[in-house]
Amino acid sequence: MFDLSSLTSKIFGRKNASKDVAKGRLKLVLIHDKANVNSDLLKIIKSEIMQVLMKYTDATNEDIDIHITSTESEDGEGFVPALTANIPIKNMKKPNEETA
Amino acid sequence: MIKNPEIFVITSGKGGVGKTTTTANLGAELARNGKKVSLIDTDIGLRNLDLVLRLENRVVFDLVDVAKGICEAKQALIKDRNFDGLYLLPAAQTRDKDAITQEDMIKICEKLKNFDYIIIDCPAGIEQGFKNAIAAAHKAIIVTTPEVSAVRDADRIIGLLEANNISDISLIINRIRVDMIKKGNMMSIDDMLEILAVKLIGIVPDDEDVIISTNKGEPVIANLKSRSGQAYRNIVKRIINKDEEVPFLNLEKYVGFMSLIKKFFSNKKYREG
Repeated sequence: MFDLSSLTSKIFGRKNASKDVAKGRLKLVLIHDKANVNSDLLKIIKSEIMQVLMKYTDATNEDIDIHITSTESEDGEGFVPALTANIPIKNMKKPNEETA
Repeated sequence: MIKNPEIFVITSGKGGVGKTTTTANLGAELARNGKKVSLIDTDIGLRNLDLVLRLENRVVFDLVDVAKGICEAKQALIKDRNFDGLYLLPAAQTRDKDAITQEDMIKICEKLKNFDYIIIDCPAGIEQGFKNAIAAAHKAIIVTTPEVSAVRDADRIIGLLEANNISDISLIINRIRVDMIKKGNMMSIDDMLEILAVKLIGIVPDDEDVIISTNKGEPVIANLKSRSGQAYRNIVKRIINKDEEVPFLNLEKYVGFMSLIKKFFSNKKYREG
């Protein structure tokens, strides 16, 4: 109905400020650079995780989302790259179920 | 279809004058005009053209992979989502400039036969990266700004290009500030053409729209209101229609408009293309 924060951002013209877009894109690309993980390596990791998953679940390739993000480092000083995998479990395979 | 592309190198000597922005905008505008364009980022170790075009998340293979035969050139090309016909061959980020040779560049460009244009983004400097970038080029576009260091480097680059048998050299003067020129605190277009005796293909005003659009990863040519976008669109018209007179931006009337036109069109080589 009435969203104060979106109103103020409209007034100050800061909604979707391009500097925020730039900052976000830069952070992401720097994480990739520092982790030195290219998309190719991610694909290999993804396919190997997939093989394990397919043994036990009905997961398909489209269900699995693997990407590099940043997470706060354990000493609390800055951020470190992290490999994040988001894998929804649809159906666990029953032990006697045939593999498709 | 074999088209035998026209190969341009965008170079400057000095860093930070706008080579990558120029490459992105010329490529996007050529594609917008129905041309099939491949951009090649040769700044190995300091890859940025992907970021400027918002293709940074789609890099799989790179220039070094193609040179080493790890993949085919067409596998490494990233297709732009916003401009049909625009492709990027990204630089490697974790190698150095010596990872490829001049011969590699010539071979790679020979594989990109079905493009109308190949635009090579050259790294700053005059070392191996520069040599690689110019190895396959037919024509050079030098980007400079009205600063003494940039003009000196541009002059050095012109000499090196000529020594490497690239005689078709044109100049883009970037980040022009009319207010400063009027006050006599910035070299005018005429001042710079007097020093750098090459043909002028475009002048681009200093424009905050460039920063805003680069933040978002959208070439400024897509912003129809921006003056710098208009300047880049005009440059592309001059590239495509070699015989057509494309008037310079309005700002030139402040900086010696008539002499500018005279200089531009007195250059026979340009008109004959």
